[in-house]
Amino acid sequence: MIEIRDLSVRAGNFHLKGVNLRVPKSGYAVLMGKTGCGKTTLLECVCGLKRALSGRIFFDGHDVTMLRPAERGVGYVPQDGAIFSTMKVSEQLAFGPRVRGWKKTDALSRAEEIAEELGIGYLMNRYPAGLSGGERQRIALGRALSCRPQILCLDEPLSALDDETKEEICELIEHLRRNHPFTALHITHSRAEAERLGDMVFVIGPDGCLREDD
Amino acid sequence: MTGDAYSPSKIRSDVPFLAAIWGISGMYVLLIIAVLAADASYTSVNELWSAVNDPDVRASIWLTLQTCTITAILSVIVSVPAGYVLARYNFPLKRLFDSILDIPIVLPPLVIGLSLLILFNQVMIGGQSIEKWLGEWLSGLHAWNDSIPSGVTYRIPAIIIAQFTVSCAFAVRTMRNTFDGIDPRQEEVAMTLGCGRSGAFWLIALPQASRGVIAAGTLAWARALGEFGPVLVFAGATRGSTEVLATTVFLEISIGNLEGAVAVSFLMIAVAIMVLTGVRILGMRQTV
Repeated sequence: MIEIRDLSVRAGNFHLKGVNLRVPKSGYAVLMGKTGCGKTTLLECVCGLKRALSGRIFFDGHDVTMLRPAERGVGYVPQDGAIFSTMKVSEQLAFGPRVRGWKKTDALSRAEEIAEELGIGYLMNRYPAGLSGGERQRIALGRALSCRPQILCLDEPLSALDDETKEEICELIEHLRRNHPFTALHITHSRAEAERLGDMVFVIGPDGCLREDD
Repeated sequence: MTGDAYSPSKIRSDVPFLAAIWGISGMYVLLIIAVLAADASYTSVNELWSAVNDPDVRASIWLTLQTCTITAILSVIVSVPAGYVLARYNFPLKRLFDSILDIPIVLPPLVIGLSLLILFNQVMIGGQSIEKWLGEWLSGLHAWNDSIPSGVTYRIPAIIIAQFTVSCAFAVRTMRNTFDGIDPRQEEVAMTLGCGRSGAFWLIALPQASRGVIAAGTLAWARALGEFGPVLVFAGATRGSTEVLATTVFLEISIGNLEGAVAVSFLMIAVAIMVLTGVRILGMRQTV
């Protein structure tokens, strides 16, 4: 479960005030709003990458507001995937488990397991250069899920993809939802994407306030 | 009327632009070649050969290679964190911090040498100059190993400090540009996966910056090779003691041996080309 209470955050020209949001355990929330309204900043607060001015964030009832990103147990999929450019795909997928102290063999077997599930086993020995947008997003998703996070944050994961690949990744996310018990917060500009994937939709208005969309 | 807007006659030819960029670049390359050719016309193979066989020049080449390499390593050690701080963090007085790092680039080299001389010999800490503090420490090491100099000013450590003060500023600039060009998002992802800031730096940012590190080290090395002003003032130009190739050229000119000075200049060019090409080939192999 993700719960945000009275969160205020400032970044650049905008100021999000009194943000309250509750996503039940294993729920899938979609966050919408105009470009530059603060969606990514809010997501970064949830991941621990940006400090809030005030307010609290809870994961499954635990206050994580002051925890560092590594301590929160969040999987993060940024807009462009942010694939590690100096690592092979297998190393990317094993990265999280390795830095969390898993044995090398366990981390690699977890990487193979997740690659199998995401249909990217054939890419394991490839470096990111030359991979397609869809492949990069699959790797980013796999990397985020490699440590079995309770919370998954996705920042416009489908925005740079063609329609066919978008459909494939949507199906993949639906498949992952059935097989992994994560609670998700997903940013998008697409109403169709929000209605298809989301159990609930939140919108940040021009006044910087967040409301649930009916 | 819209058809006119797309008529070929309205689109400017690419020829003037291409001629300008190739012409300007070519003129600069010609200038460098002309300078080298002028030097070549002023020396001979015999002069070069006698310069190579001169024990003082050989010692100077060896000392130059040693000091430039130490300077390049020190510059990389300092410029990587400094470039990372400038690229990744916003903090009060950042512009001032940034400008201070540029001072060694804009100051006249002689002024840097003079400033180092004053800093080490006139600024007192606990009633003693820095030279005295370091001298005592180095004397202890000197007693243990006599190849270690027993002081700084007018000795080999002064050459390294003088070269480092200028070269490191260029290396910092290179590393800042390198880290500016690396998307911080990858480090942020690494932090959500379990890394602290240091893990994200060592495992994600630094491997991506490897070409920049090689470029910074190479630039610092090259800059140290040509450094003369601060070395002359802070380390002196004592034949066989604090003589690096740049000071050898000065010493040869000061005794009226212009041919010898040009021959040593050619040696500098040869040493620089060999080292820089070697480092670049090594760097390309490592980053392929």
